[in-house]
Amino acid sequence: MQEFITVNNLCHDYAGFDGSTVLALDNISLKIAPGEFVAVIGTNGSGKSTLAKHLNALLVPTSGDCMVAGMNTKEDENLWKIRQKVGMVFQNPDNQIVATLVEEDVAFGPENLGLPPSEIRRRVDEALRFVGMEQYRQHGPHLLSGGQKQRVAIAGVLAMRPECLVLDEPTAMLDPLGRDEVLSTVCRLNRAEKITVVYITHFMEEAIAADRVVVMNSGKIMLTGTPAEIFSDVELLKSLGLDVPVAADVAYRLRKAGVSIPKNIITEQELAVALCR
Amino acid sequence: MSIELKNISYIYMKNTPFEHMALQNISLTINPGEFVGIIGHTGSGKSTLVQHLNGLLKPGSGEVFVDEVDLNARGNASKLAKRKVGMVFQYPEHQLFEETIAADIAFGPRSLGCEESEIKQRVCDAMEFVGLDYDTFAERSPFQLSGGQMRRVAIAGVIALKPEYLVLDEPSAGLDPRGREEIFSQIMHLYNKTGIAVIMVSHNMEEVARMATRLIVMNQGQISLDGNPREIFKNGSVSLQAAGVDVPRITALMRYLKGQGLKVDDTVITAEEGVKSILSALGGQGTC
Repeated sequence: MQEFITVNNLCHDYAGFDGSTVLALDNISLKIAPGEFVAVIGTNGSGKSTLAKHLNALLVPTSGDCMVAGMNTKEDENLWKIRQKVGMVFQNPDNQIVATLVEEDVAFGPENLGLPPSEIRRRVDEALRFVGMEQYRQHGPHLLSGGQKQRVAIAGVLAMRPECLVLDEPTAMLDPLGRDEVLSTVCRLNRAEKITVVYITHFMEEAIAADRVVVMNSGKIMLTGTPAEIFSDVELLKSLGLDVPVAADVAYRLRKAGVSIPKNIITEQELAVALCR
Repeated sequence: MSIELKNISYIYMKNTPFEHMALQNISLTINPGEFVGIIGHTGSGKSTLVQHLNGLLKPGSGEVFVDEVDLNARGNASKLAKRKVGMVFQYPEHQLFEETIAADIAFGPRSLGCEESEIKQRVCDAMEFVGLDYDTFAERSPFQLSGGQMRRVAIAGVIALKPEYLVLDEPSAGLDPRGREEIFSQIMHLYNKTGIAVIMVSHNMEEVARMATRLIVMNQGQISLDGNPREIFKNGSVSLQAAGVDVPRITALMRYLKGQGLKVDDTVITAEEGVKSILSALGGQGTC
């Protein structure tokens, strides 16, 4: 199958505080298939957000290439087509909301595409339905909870009909309830609407939901694999300054204490099955 | 010597259609040496509550006393009392503004009118407390640091004020696991070394469970639970659920295992305790 995103030997550098060159991304190669759900984890400063910004041409590579649906992000004429295919959602919902009513905020993108009002109406209704916020269309965004605001921000991106959503720590500022709302919305969009998802997070419990996990460390991709493959290597993740899901942590500690349980346990259910078989 | 809230109520946007009761008749005493964790879902009134502790918000009704001084009375006494309460906001690194790290941390003590030698000493001490080497970092720009380091500079700026009560509003939000661990261990170190009262708002149940000596659960502007964290996570699950907050993930895991028939203790709040309990439930046989 044709890959949706292909990153080839991508490097990105910028000038550091003492004038030296800092390599934020160091020879990254990555392929993302249409409809795939990829989680990206790594410590602060590992290059996750820099990579995310390459996926819709907010940044272009210093060397190497980033291809989105066959288009190179380096070529200016592709810029708007790429940004319509790949939508971004950032950490702080308050920085992404521009209008005083929820539905006006969601309409901002399609309005700028110059679409007819009936089409805008259709897209706004559809986008709000996808994120489960249709009953809040006439509300002021500032009166919503963090999770609700973030879902409005996602709806604003969906109204552009993107094929791929890139979410950069969308739950970092939310409480546990808000985190669940956002993650389950993203999972539903991925499964039901077949939208490709790139999801950056510091919460390992969220990364479990992905098809594939990419681990970044000082500008490089350290590992990629299924959540079960990645999170069973507890020692490596901890040495990188990362966490593992609690079930994986407990399974690891039990194995070290001499209990014989399989290596790839990452969920409560799997741990219960292993312990009670 | 304590912070005392007496029948505090606070209403946002009073006399408008958006009027919202953020705090309802809260009474609370926080004593020196306590480590108070405050949890509750978004909009439960946590941040509104802590902003009353140093007079940033004036209660609609009720009184706030710091060491027996009424914070909202006129005069110099209340001004001095407010200074005893140091406040670290959410995302405090957004408030950094100086050209160098040392100058940023020195801003607070200088505003207090400290002598230059005293300021330098306080900056050194505060940087040491948050684990930033003075010689390496003092003259650097705070804006060239990583997120976790910037947050430590911001916390150092508050520590340099030598507060007797330290209030932290979600100190770990947005940090990676290592950054979270660093911030929490430095707060613990400060708490153990100086014996000041720490009041911490957090969504991170694991950390609250591990660090706090007392836990306050907020729900709809009221205190729904107040007590020992272990007791609350053990017995308060109905109220916790009503308040929209989780138990620590390890506690949830243990409950699930118990529900599946494994005879484990579902009141544990750390992974170490959890593993110990599972091992003893297995009786050394590997499986049940």
